[in-house]
Amino acid sequence: MIEAPSVSYTGLSPVLFVFGAALIGVLAEAFVPRAYRWGVQLTIALGGVLGALVSVALIAGREELTISRAVAVDGPALFLEGTLALLGLLSILLLAERSPDMGGSAFVAQAAVPAGTALDRQLATHARTQTEVFPLASFALGGMMLFAAANNLLVMFVALEVLSLPLYLLAGLARRRRLLSQEAALKYFLLGAFTSAFFLYGLALIYGYAGTVDLRGIFDQAAGTDKSDALFVIGLAMLIVGLLFKAGVAPFHTWTPDVYQGAPTSVTALMAACTKVAAFGAILRVLYVGFGNSDWTWRPVLYGVAIVTLIVGSVLALTQTDVKRMLAYSSIAHAGFILTGTIANNQAGLSSTMFYLLTYGLTTIGSFAVVMLVRDADGEASHLSQWAGLAKRSPLVAGVFSLFLLALAGIPLTSGFTGKFVVFRAGLDAGAGPLVVVALLASAVAAFFYVRVIVLMYFSEPAADGPTVAVPGMLTTVALAIAAAATVLLGVAPGAVLDLANQAAQFVG
Amino acid sequence: MNTLLLVTLLLPLVGAAGVAVLPDHRQLLAKQLTLGISLVVLVMTLWMAVGFDTGGERFQFNSSYTWIADFGVRFSLGVDGIAVVLIALIGVLVPVVVAASWNDEPTGERSMKAFFAWLLVLETMMIGVFAATDVFLFYVFFEVMLIPMYFLIGSFGGPRRQYAAVKFFLYSLLGGLIMLASVIGLFVVSNNQLGEGTFAFDALRQLEITPGTQKLLFLGFFIAFAIKAPLVPFHTWLPDAGAEAPIGGAVLLVGVLDKVGTFGFLRYCLPLFPDASRFYAPLVLVMSVVGIFYGALLAMGQSDMKRLVAYTSIAHFGFIGLGIFAFTSQAGTGAVLYMVNHGISTGALFLIVGILINRGGSRMIGAYGGLARIAPLLGGAFLIVGLSSLALPGTNSFVSEFLVLVGSFTTQPAFSIIAAVGIILAALYILLMYQRTMHGPENPRLRGVRDLDKRELATLGPLIALIIVLGVYPKPVLDIITPAVDATMVDLGTNDPAPTVAEEGNR
Repeated sequence: MIEAPSVSYTGLSPVLFVFGAALIGVLAEAFVPRAYRWGVQLTIALGGVLGALVSVALIAGREELTISRAVAVDGPALFLEGTLALLGLLSILLLAERSPDMGGSAFVAQAAVPAGTALDRQLATHARTQTEVFPLASFALGGMMLFAAANNLLVMFVALEVLSLPLYLLAGLARRRRLLSQEAALKYFLLGAFTSAFFLYGLALIYGYAGTVDLRGIFDQAAGTDKSDALFVIGLAMLIVGLLFKAGVAPFHTWTPDVYQGAPTSVTALMAACTKVAAFGAILRVLYVGFGNSDWTWRPVLYGVAIVTLIVGSVLALTQTDVKRMLAYSSIAHAGFILTGTIANNQAGLSSTMFYLLTYGLTTIGSFAVVMLVRDADGEASHLSQWAGLAKRSPLVAGVFSLFLLALAGIPLTSGFTGKFVVFRAGLDAGAGPLVVVALLASAVAAFFYVRVIVLMYFSEPAADGPTVAVPGMLTTVALAIAAAATVLLGVAPGAVLDLANQAAQFVG
Repeated sequence: MNTLLLVTLLLPLVGAAGVAVLPDHRQLLAKQLTLGISLVVLVMTLWMAVGFDTGGERFQFNSSYTWIADFGVRFSLGVDGIAVVLIALIGVLVPVVVAASWNDEPTGERSMKAFFAWLLVLETMMIGVFAATDVFLFYVFFEVMLIPMYFLIGSFGGPRRQYAAVKFFLYSLLGGLIMLASVIGLFVVSNNQLGEGTFAFDALRQLEITPGTQKLLFLGFFIAFAIKAPLVPFHTWLPDAGAEAPIGGAVLLVGVLDKVGTFGFLRYCLPLFPDASRFYAPLVLVMSVVGIFYGALLAMGQSDMKRLVAYTSIAHFGFIGLGIFAFTSQAGTGAVLYMVNHGISTGALFLIVGILINRGGSRMIGAYGGLARIAPLLGGAFLIVGLSSLALPGTNSFVSEFLVLVGSFTTQPAFSIIAAVGIILAALYILLMYQRTMHGPENPRLRGVRDLDKRELATLGPLIALIIVLGVYPKPVLDIITPAVDATMVDLGTNDPAPTVAEEGNR
C-alpha cells in the first residue's frame, strides 16, 4: 500500500494556475468556435499568468517542501515564479499581437504544410490565425516555473521536458520565412533532446552515487564519505551540461543565434527572457542546495565557462549584421554576467542572480518588442542596415530602443547597471576579482555593438527603401510601456525590489 | 542641510525638459529659455563661490538623501574649495556656449532645440560629477555625463562626427567600467572593515586599506581618470572628439569634462589610496611630462585648428598632472588653478577658432592669412587669448603654471625643469597659428568678412576679462582652493618640504 503524498495546493498555486490555463486552453481549442477562439484563448492565458502573479504575492514568505519533498515553495522559487509570471505576461501580450499594421498574427495556421508549396503561400497571406500558441506558451511557462522550484532531480527533468517541447513547436510556427523557422525548430529540438539525454544520464549517475534524487539527500551524501568521486563528478558534469545548454552558456550556446533568428520574434522574446530565468533558477537550486558543499567541483568549471561565455558572447556579437542575432549573442554575454554572481555560492550570489534575471528579462522582452515593430514588405526588417536613420522616422521607437540598449550595455540609471552592480559585487566579495575584471572588459566590448545600433538609428541617413515603423498595437504598447517603465524604475529606484530579492534569497530544503 | 547646491544641480535638468517639450517652430524661445536658465545657474554658482567659507568645513552646502539602502548609497552632495571653483567655471562657460551657438545652423534636419536641451542635461551632469560626495553617485554622474556629450558630438558635429562620437563614448565607457571594478572593490573593503558597505567619501577616507589592495583599486580609478583627462597614451580620442564636436560642445568637452579626470586624481586617488599614489607617482609624472612635449609637438604639426587646440590641451593636462602628483600644496593649488584657467583660456580659444571657421568656412590654418587687418577686433581677441594659452605673465595661466613649476621643484626638480622647457614649445604652437592666420599676405577669399559682432563680443568679453583679472589678482580664487588642497595633502600624509630657496639660505 503506497500512501499518496500530501500536496500543498496553496504553495503550488502559481504553477497550478498556469498549468490550469494551459489545460483549459487545450479544451477551448477543441470546443470554442473559431470566431471566438482568439479572444477566449488570450483571456485564459492571461488569466493563468495573472493568477500566478497574484498567488505569488499572496503566499510570499511561505517556506515548505511539498509532494514528498519533490517541489520547494521558498523565497527563490516564489521570486522566480513571480518573475516568470510577469515576463510570461508580457510575452503573451506580444504573442497575441495581430494588429494589421504589424502584419497580422505572426503564426502560421498550419505548421505542417511543407514550405514553398502552393498551400503554404496561400497560408502566408491568409487571415486565419493560430491560437494553439496560447496553451503551448502556458505549458512552457508552467514547466519553467516547476523547473525553478523542483527540489528533486527527477521532477526537474520532467519540468525540463515540459518546458522544452512546447518551445520546439513554437519556434517552428512563423508565418513568414517558413524555412528559417522550421530549421530553427529542428535545430533546437535535436540539440535540446541531445542535452536532455545528458541531463538524464547525469541524473542516473548521481543516483548511483547518492542513492537518491532528492537535492538535500545528495548534499548529505556528498559530505564526508569515502565513496569514489568518479560517479559524482561525472554525473554532476553531465547535469551541468544539460542546464547550461538551456541557459545559453558557451560552449553550449551554438543553437541560440539560429533559433532566436528563425523563431517568430514574440517567441524569441519568450525564449530569451523566460527560458534564461528558468534555467538559472534550476542551476542555482541544483548547485546551491544539492552541491553547495562540494563547490570545489563546480566553481572552477563555472569560472572558466563564465569567461568563455563572456568572450564568445561579446566578441561574436560584434560581427553580427542582424538585430535578432546580435541580441542572441548579447543574451549569451549576459549569461556570462549572471554566472559572475552565481559562482559566489552564498546568499548574495543567489539574490544578485535573481535580481539580474528580472532586469535582464524585462529589458530583453522590450527589445524584441521593438524589433517586431520595424517592418518592410516581407515582414520584420531585422538587418541592421535597414535600421539606419530610424530616429528620423520614428523618434519615439528609436528612443525606447536606445533605452533598452543602454540598459543592456549597463549604463547607470538603467536597470541593467543595477543588475550588473549586484552580480559584480557578489562575485568580487566571493574572491572572483579576475572574473569581474574580465566581465567589465566584456561589458566595454558589448557596449560597442549596442552603441553601434544607436549610432545607426540617430546619426545615419535613412536608406531610401528603408522599412516602415509600424504603429504598435494595443497589446504591444502595453508590453513596451511596462518593460520601459521597469527598466527606468529598476535603475533609478531599485531599493524595494533589491530588498525583495534579498529577503527571498533563502533556500528551503 | 543646504539645498542651494541641489537646486543648482536640478535646475538645468528641469530646464532641459522644458526646452525639449517646446514645439519645433519655437526655436527662438528655446534659445532664450536655455540662456535664461544658464544665467540663473551662473548666479547661483557664483553665489556659492562667494558664500563659501574659506575657513570653514571642508565640505559645504551639504545635502544627503537615502537612495539605494541595499548598496549603502546616498544621494549626497557637497562642495569643497576645489569643486566650488570648478562648478563656478561651469556656470560661466555654459551661458557663453549658449550665446556662442546662438546662430548655429544644425547639420541635416535636426533642430537646434535638441542641441540646447542636451546642453542643459550636460550642465546638470557636469555639476553633479563635481558635487557628489558619494563615490557611487560620482560614478553615476561620470558615466551618464557621456550620453549628452555623445549626442552633442554625434548629432551636431563635423563630417566625421559618428566616428568621433563612438570613439569618445567607448574610450570613456571603458575607463568607467574599469573604475566600476574599483568602486565595487571599495564597497567590499568598507563592508569588511566597517561592518556595512558604504560609498560616503568621508567614511572611505578613514579606511585602512592594505598597500596591495590600494594599488589595484588605484589603478581602476587612475585608468578612468587618465582616459578622461587625458594623459598620454590614453589621449587618442580627444583630438577626434575635439575636432568633430560642435564648437559649443568642444568648449565644454575640453574646458570642463576633461577636468573630471584631474579632479578625480585629487579627490579620489590621492586621499583614498595614499600609498598607491606615492608608489605610482613616478609613472604618472613621466606620463605627464611626456604629455607636455607630445601634445606640444603634435600641436605644432597640425594644420586643422580644432585639432591643434585639442593637442594643446593634452600638453596643458601634462602640467596639471605634474602639479597634482608632485604632492606639495603649492603645486596642488597651482594645478587646481590651472584647471580653472585652462577652462577659460582654451574655451575662449575654441570660441575664436569657431568664429574663424564661421568666417572662412574652413578648419585649415592654410585657408587663412592677414585676417588681423581685415578684422582687427578678432585679431586682438585672438592675440590676448593665445597669449593666455601660452601663459604670458599678466594673464591667468601664468600664475597657475608658475605655481605648478615652483611647487613641484621642491619634490620633483628633474620633472619640473624638463616641464619648464615645454613652455617654449607652447609659445611656438600658439604664435605660429596666430601668425599664419592673422598676419602675412591677405587671403583674397577673406576680403570683406565681418569683424566681431556684438553677440560675439559679449561671449568673448567675459572670458577675456577673466583672463586679465585672474592674471593680475588671483587671490580670491586661491583662497578658496588652498584649504581644500591642504586637506587633500593631509589625507595623503605628506608634509610640505621647506621651499628650496630657504633650504639653500640655511647652508
